[in-house]
Amino acid sequence: MTRMTVDGEPLDFTEGQTVAAALVAAGRVAWRTTRVGRRPRGVFCGIGVCFDCLVTVDGVRGQRACLLPARADMTVTTREDDDGDDG
Amino acid sequence: MGTTGETADLVVVGAGPAGLAAAVTALAGGLRVALVDSAGTVGGQFWRHPPDTARAAIPTADLHHGLRDYRALREALAAAGDRGRLDLRLAHHVWSVTRDEDGFTVHTVDRRRAPEETAVTLRAPRLLVATGAYDRQLPFPGWDLPGVLTLGGLQALLKGGGVVAGDRVALGGTGPFLLPVAAALAARGARVVTVCEAAGPSAWLRSPGPLLRNPAKGAEGARYGLTLARHGVRFRPRTAIVAAEGTDRVTSVEIASLAADGSPRPGTERRVEADTVGVGWGFVPQLDLLVPLGCALADSDDGSTVVAVDAGQRTTVPGLYAAGEVCGVGGARLSLAEGRLAAESVLADHGAAPVLGRGRRAAVRATVKRHRAFARALARAHPVPSAWSRWLTDDTVVCRCEEVTAGAVRAARTDGGARDHRQVKQLTRAGMGWCQGRVCGPAVHCLVAPHRSYTPTERLVATPLTLGALADLDHARENTGGAAHE
Repeated sequence: MTRMTVDGEPLDFTEGQTVAAALVAAGRVAWRTTRVGRRPRGVFCGIGVCFDCLVTVDGVRGQRACLLPARADMTVTTREDDDGDDG
Repeated sequence: MGTTGETADLVVVGAGPAGLAAAVTALAGGLRVALVDSAGTVGGQFWRHPPDTARAAIPTADLHHGLRDYRALREALAAAGDRGRLDLRLAHHVWSVTRDEDGFTVHTVDRRRAPEETAVTLRAPRLLVATGAYDRQLPFPGWDLPGVLTLGGLQALLKGGGVVAGDRVALGGTGPFLLPVAAALAARGARVVTVCEAAGPSAWLRSPGPLLRNPAKGAEGARYGLTLARHGVRFRPRTAIVAAEGTDRVTSVEIASLAADGSPRPGTERRVEADTVGVGWGFVPQLDLLVPLGCALADSDDGSTVVAVDAGQRTTVPGLYAAGEVCGVGGARLSLAEGRLAAESVLADHGAAPVLGRGRRAAVRATVKRHRAFARALARAHPVPSAWSRWLTDDTVVCRCEEVTAGAVRAARTDGGARDHRQVKQLTRAGMGWCQGRVCGPAVHCLVAPHRSYTPTERLVATPLTLGALADLDHARENTGGAAHE
């Protein structure tokens, strides 16, 4: 297992998994809150179509967790804000 | 440096079965090929794999079919790469394609070091689009709860990351894709509590011809049936998941028997506990790159619009070819055959000798014909139920991005006079968010214009990209002649 940082906490993953796969494997299915209804969202389509699984990676917002290979030196934040489309 | 010359004789976008078969055939015919895919490894959704470096840590061979073909295609790619004729562009996202008198310019961003992006521009006189399809979704109350995924999403987590998304999984929708997803999840230890197939068990008996002419498909179905039986999975025909319940995550689903028109039969509703749900109603062809190029589109038999191609997979735009699910959803064998045929047309139009002999080409054409007939029968047997919207409540979210409800979409139709999904978008913002209507488009279309095929909106930018990558474009253009190949 390799370790990355998600919201300041360590998250173990298997090298080769995406950020979304790593989160789901750790039991997290939701990591974002919608703008209007403040509803929890996580991975839905899993193949880069729906943009539900957006996270901020190394300070870059709007990254699709389902497409992004997890790396040990990666810092992921999920809860700082909502859609991440205002930055 | 500073050249803007051709990078290849052919650019192939999409490295799934169709794109792989096309690239390998064109390479065998002596062409220089650039093969582009957004994933980090070839295979598409059907042969989705973890990266090569993770194959030992994440075993997935048991989840796949037709791996012999996959390995042969990969070996052929590797051999062509050694000869310097393949420019393999993995983890490159294509965001726009333009055409001029010399051919096509394919704008991509290299995301191998994502989130960092570098603009890479590829040019070729010919372009082959094999961008596949994604799950078609019909909204239902609670479908936006965490733990509700598409069937393809469950499969991608499993095939790509070895992750079983939940412990108690309920699956629903229509079509044969339900079976491999259910079988794979059950084999990997999930408890598949129900598989709800909206179509009736007799759907195939009305026109059994195509199934009888494709016995391999019947055998495949029987194998899945055995796997499901072995794991005690209950397969429920003419049933649908009509609601998902829970607060922070789905905890149960409501399932109901369906009447012939697909409306839930009152009194048949019952609750099934589940922590994970997978849904899919067939597939939507991914036409984002094709629509702006202006090629003719056609109605398919499953309510979707596809790209129109001739018997050689040529679109109506000169130099533009298409293969696989963008031409109509029909499975991996059809995609492989279409990819080969498309590449043969590219070779012929390029003035190169064919790779397949005359007899072999005729056999591939016969395969395409047989599988298309099967796909048509499939579409007839597994339609989107005409009365599916009966399970929507006014406050059911239809557009997940902009959180537009079914009530708002209906009001746009009845009060606002909206006649298609574009007009609904103007009135409600449905389809205006991050996914640009890719998810809600088919459903919104069904709600306002159920008797016409769904044609996606023209999207000029097929994938979001950073301003930095855009600013990088001039630099990328200078590099097209000497891009580093890895």
